[in-house]
Amino acid sequence: MLKFLVKGILRDHHRSRFPILIVSAGVMLTVLIHCWVSGVLGEMIDTSAAFATGHVKIMSRAYAENEGQIPNDLALSGVGSLVSELNQDYPDMTWVERIKFGGLLDVPDSNGETRSQGPVMGIAVQLFSENSGEVERLNIEKSIVKGRMPRQPGEVLISDQFAEKLDVSPGDQVTLMSSTMYGGMAMQNYIVVGTISFGVVAMDRSAMIMDFTDAQIVLDMTDSAGEILGYFENNIYSDERARRMVAAFNMKYEPDTDEFAPIMLRLGEQNGLDSMLEYISSFIGMFILIFVAAMSIVLWNAALIGGLRRYGEVGLRLAIGENKGHVYSSMLLESVFIGCVGSVIGTVIGLGISYYLQTVGFDISDSLQNVTMMIPSVFRAHVTAQAYYIGFIPGLFSTVLGTALAGIGIYRRNTARLFKELEV
Amino acid sequence: MQNSKIILTEELVKRFPVGGGYFTALNKINLSFGKGEFAGLVGPSGSGKTTLLNIIGSLDYPSEGKAIVMDQSIGDLTHRQAARLRNKYLGFIFQTYNLLPVYTVYENVEFPLLLLDTTTTERHRAVLDAVEWVGLTDKLKSRPGQLSGGESQRVAIARAMVKKPEVVLADEPTANLDAANSHHILQTMEKLNRELQTTFIFATHDEKVIQYLRRKISLEDGTVVNDENLGNEK
Repeated sequence: MLKFLVKGILRDHHRSRFPILIVSAGVMLTVLIHCWVSGVLGEMIDTSAAFATGHVKIMSRAYAENEGQIPNDLALSGVGSLVSELNQDYPDMTWVERIKFGGLLDVPDSNGETRSQGPVMGIAVQLFSENSGEVERLNIEKSIVKGRMPRQPGEVLISDQFAEKLDVSPGDQVTLMSSTMYGGMAMQNYIVVGTISFGVVAMDRSAMIMDFTDAQIVLDMTDSAGEILGYFENNIYSDERARRMVAAFNMKYEPDTDEFAPIMLRLGEQNGLDSMLEYISSFIGMFILIFVAAMSIVLWNAALIGGLRRYGEVGLRLAIGENKGHVYSSMLLESVFIGCVGSVIGTVIGLGISYYLQTVGFDISDSLQNVTMMIPSVFRAHVTAQAYYIGFIPGLFSTVLGTALAGIGIYRRNTARLFKELEV
Repeated sequence: MQNSKIILTEELVKRFPVGGGYFTALNKINLSFGKGEFAGLVGPSGSGKTTLLNIIGSLDYPSEGKAIVMDQSIGDLTHRQAARLRNKYLGFIFQTYNLLPVYTVYENVEFPLLLLDTTTTERHRAVLDAVEWVGLTDKLKSRPGQLSGGESQRVAIARAMVKKPEVVLADEPTANLDAANSHHILQTMEKLNRELQTTFIFATHDEKVIQYLRRKISLEDGTVVNDENLGNEK
């Protein structure tokens, strides 16, 4: 009997190919949408954490209040001992000091006169410290478009777009004009050894990357830093742990009323990221829920119609002497088969496209010309463990449910009525 | 043979709910059929012949009275028992053939046997015999879409006969066929009735069928108005 039913499924395209196509398409879309939104959300968090917020960030209270202005005159002092203390208290975490600064970058001609100049957004990181992991975290080496990594003090990288705008090539000398921590004028020559493209619009527009010690010297920030960023082990953010850490750290410094006393903020507390992530998460959650529900209804309906279409065949089988339970269970078995095959095919195709979008990504930099947030300019899908089974919810569950509901008619209808509906 | 009653109805009534009331499709039917009969329920549309055929075929239940088929009271059967009765003792032939289009002639005929406890060899032998009875041995691998109306109905007969049932119920079996094919079909059924002693009960108003019947039961508005032996001896 099973062989007979399988033959029927394989030969009747309305029972096999068409439902499998519908299930596959629905499952493929579900997997793809899931991977895409997971990727976009994850990439936004990772990018933000790497470039701006860390998983937790320590600043002076005054700096934190005016962070948008990058007020280096309010920077943290005595960061050496603070970092040692942090390393002792949280040995599994990585702590890095950074200085952000604004200024003007001047490009001289052969006579030393200004050839071109433009406002620069500088970021000083520990380029020469192997333990900091900053080069890897910011993916600096792989983001170099022309030239090479800085190897010694006095060498910097600038963003490729900025280099094109200023007509600067690797090997050219540039002059940074900025202000020191104490409000004096800072001016220093550097050699541009490479150009870089991060794929983050706000950084690629006019960034300059230099070594942290170089920045301390030029900005007169000895043993000071604008911010200390902390990263969890394996770079995996845990909001729960971050909340605990922040509460403990801030409680420790609570009695200190100095505005230069350190304060720790977790990732979500910065740049309105919490509310944005909450908004995006609930939007995505709802979107996925609605999408899965919609796909479920589509597949349920397809199975329902498929089941109703076969009332004639059911009538014939009952007339020939098959009992209702056997007919019903064989219909369910068939829908499990269709659901499984469709879900597997849909999941494989969905994962394939998602892997492609994870590797290649989707470039939206043209639409982000004036964006100042740390948003990646190339969005990528992210294939999660959930992606391997989420498609089975609409694919298998809904298909079987639809068939089960359609099949109830076998029991509710009079056999003679089913018999009359014979139109096979 | 014809004296052993395999089908019996006593004061059989069937009502269907219509609107707020009931429509009486069969009203106090008393009939019996013996083994090997070749009988027809004859009457205009709405006279109750298909309803009576459905009850005899255990596809429907009586509202009142009794219908006993192969010593089993239809009204008392569960779905499972009714299915077993149909499976074991009854065969159906329909006006529209109702062959499963994705299966070959062989597979369509084999289908009823899959529900019985038979071996592959027994099934193979039985299918070949049934197809031979209706003269379609050369069409074993054809699908219903490749057959003419007459051939399709012959496959339907083979499917009904393959398990050698006690009774074959045929509802307007010639309604979709031309005269030549109708006669061919009826001759086939008559031959099977004669050779296998299978009881055939038709629901029809086709004169071509009536001329082959040995017993004609006329129905009108759910009651038997005439039950006559036509004397078409075997």
